[in-house]
Amino acid sequence: MIKAIEASGISKSFGATKALDNISFSVNESEIFGFIGPDGAGKTTLFRIITSLLIPDSGTMKVLGMDPITEYKELRKNIGYMPGRFSLYQDLSVEENLNFYATVFGTTVEENYELISDIYSHIEPFKKRLTGKLSGGMKQKLALSCALIHKPKLLVLDEPTTGVDAVSRSEFWDMLGKLKKHNITIIVSTPYMDEAIRCNRVALIQDGNILSVDTPQNVRTGFSRKLFTVKSAEKYKLIKTLRKNPEVLTAYPFGDSMHVTLIDGSTPDSLSKGLVREGINDAVVHEAEAGIEDRFLELMEKPQ
Amino acid sequence: MRTIFYLIKKEFLQIFRNKFISKAIFAVPLVQMLILVPAVTFELKSVKLTVIDKDITSESRGLINKLNGSTFFKVSSSTFSEDEAINLLHRNKCTMILEIPEGFGKDIGNGTPGRLLATIDAVNASSAELTWAYFSGVIRDYNTDLIKKNLSTISPIPLQKIVITNRYWYNELLNYKYYMLPGILVILVTAIGFLLAGLNMVREKEVGTIEQINVTPVRKYHFIIAKMVPFLLIGLIDLALGLIIGKIAFNIPFEGSILLLFLSSTIFLIAVLGVALFISTFSGTQQQYMFVAFFCMIIFILMSGIFTPYESMPVWAQDFNLINPVAYLMRINRMVMLKGSTMHDISRELYSLATIAIVFTTLAVRRYRKTA
Repeated sequence: MIKAIEASGISKSFGATKALDNISFSVNESEIFGFIGPDGAGKTTLFRIITSLLIPDSGTMKVLGMDPITEYKELRKNIGYMPGRFSLYQDLSVEENLNFYATVFGTTVEENYELISDIYSHIEPFKKRLTGKLSGGMKQKLALSCALIHKPKLLVLDEPTTGVDAVSRSEFWDMLGKLKKHNITIIVSTPYMDEAIRCNRVALIQDGNILSVDTPQNVRTGFSRKLFTVKSAEKYKLIKTLRKNPEVLTAYPFGDSMHVTLIDGSTPDSLSKGLVREGINDAVVHEAEAGIEDRFLELMEKPQ
Repeated sequence: MRTIFYLIKKEFLQIFRNKFISKAIFAVPLVQMLILVPAVTFELKSVKLTVIDKDITSESRGLINKLNGSTFFKVSSSTFSEDEAINLLHRNKCTMILEIPEGFGKDIGNGTPGRLLATIDAVNASSAELTWAYFSGVIRDYNTDLIKKNLSTISPIPLQKIVITNRYWYNELLNYKYYMLPGILVILVTAIGFLLAGLNMVREKEVGTIEQINVTPVRKYHFIIAKMVPFLLIGLIDLALGLIIGKIAFNIPFEGSILLLFLSSTIFLIAVLGVALFISTFSGTQQQYMFVAFFCMIIFILMSGIFTPYESMPVWAQDFNLINPVAYLMRINRMVMLKGSTMHDISRELYSLATIAIVFTTLAVRRYRKTA
């Protein structure tokens, strides 16, 4: 299978900070590949290297079969990039921005309208409006339209859903799903783990290292222990008690409950009894299916 | 080509959409010409004079009347106390003290040279020098009158002397407005070229829009040219506005070719825009850019010879001016406007400007990195 991106041993430091530490991965053609990780994990640095905006200290990379360092001219014609920070001209109108980016790539809006029609139709009624006056969700749709207007082979989206409401986020992922039929490879980064499920494959990235690359399902089932949810009305006390409990291996708050793993030989029953002894009588313990976030937290705990 | 055209179109859209900048572009030449041209002048009128006349003779009074009668001096107070006079000087109530000692009239009468003491406030050295020059002029006249009077009483032979008639070429009335206006026009064009384009470039960095441009196939020189052209045109439009105001408000003479003036200003603007965009490649924020650009601009302008003659600067300063585009245009503007100099007369300046333009524009394109 042809690879859209092949990277091996990529490292990049800024002064004493190692942003990327010997990263290797590959992205298949026309898949949605997600980089999931907290702020400061190195996602943006990696994306800037892929888009030829940054030169790595070491390692080799092929993007669409091209070297981003030497063949950047050809590569830039085939990449659509949506930086994490909104970077369209806020003092130009919606239409002017779109026309501008089409022209800069030597094409016209009409030529590739079909590709963006799904997305652009949402904001077309506001095409005379200044971009700076759009809502967050509309800005994001315009940015995506501008990144797609030259029919790129690779779409690079750096945290496209950060700061966007839940409905718009979901809509956005629906749009990305539809783009697959145009054979566009998409790499996307996000700090939201619930979005991982929308990707074909995800890479969990932390402190400049890739912890795991797999399909969302496999990442989830890679969770090595049994997971329990514990609920109680006295939430704060519950967290403190669980973290002190010698039977408990890990305990993380998840919404209104705690996700807990236990040491070998311990059971949910003994955990409940232990909690009662500490004065928490209403604790409800259930076995649960691990999500991607649980797996990610588990991977983070493990020393590399 | 289509890309450059579209990039330029985008710049213009943004400039004219910016309500403040689009108005300032037209307001600045108006304000600068109407305020600076009449305000910046070296002409001194009515220098306030304190007189200590200890002599009180017809001779001393004659001298005082002569001074008071000239347009340069105005006797603002007279006293007999030196302390009071110094006090007045100290409190800026006058800028010059003239002390006529006792016996001044007697000395003149018996042929001994009369003695005077002039004390001039020299906080502003150039106006002190001018005051002194005016004063010497009046005293010279007074001396001539004395000799004439004495000689005519002794002998009937008319006084033999050389009469000098001088003409100030190119500015016969020594009108400072004529001298300053071409210089103010240079400052106007400099400010447009230096500040607007550079700030515009740094703003793209600061806001982050450059990030999106950098991943496009837009060439570096495309981008730099697109940043230069709009401000080049605005600079020329402002120059035209400045000239029109100069003609209407001050009736400035224009001896040379307007076309030549615009050609020189075009080359100059490319040079200045080159320097500005070069500085912008080092700056990450508008604040950083503003600081460095302002500093450079002040040095360029003050060393250009707008106030102080180029020739009176130390040699190292004259050497520095070899790379100072403002100094060249300062000379070109004055030569073309007042003297009617031709292309041939200013060819050295034009070549130098063109060299600066090519060097800095090339540096700006090279320094501008699409990849970090």
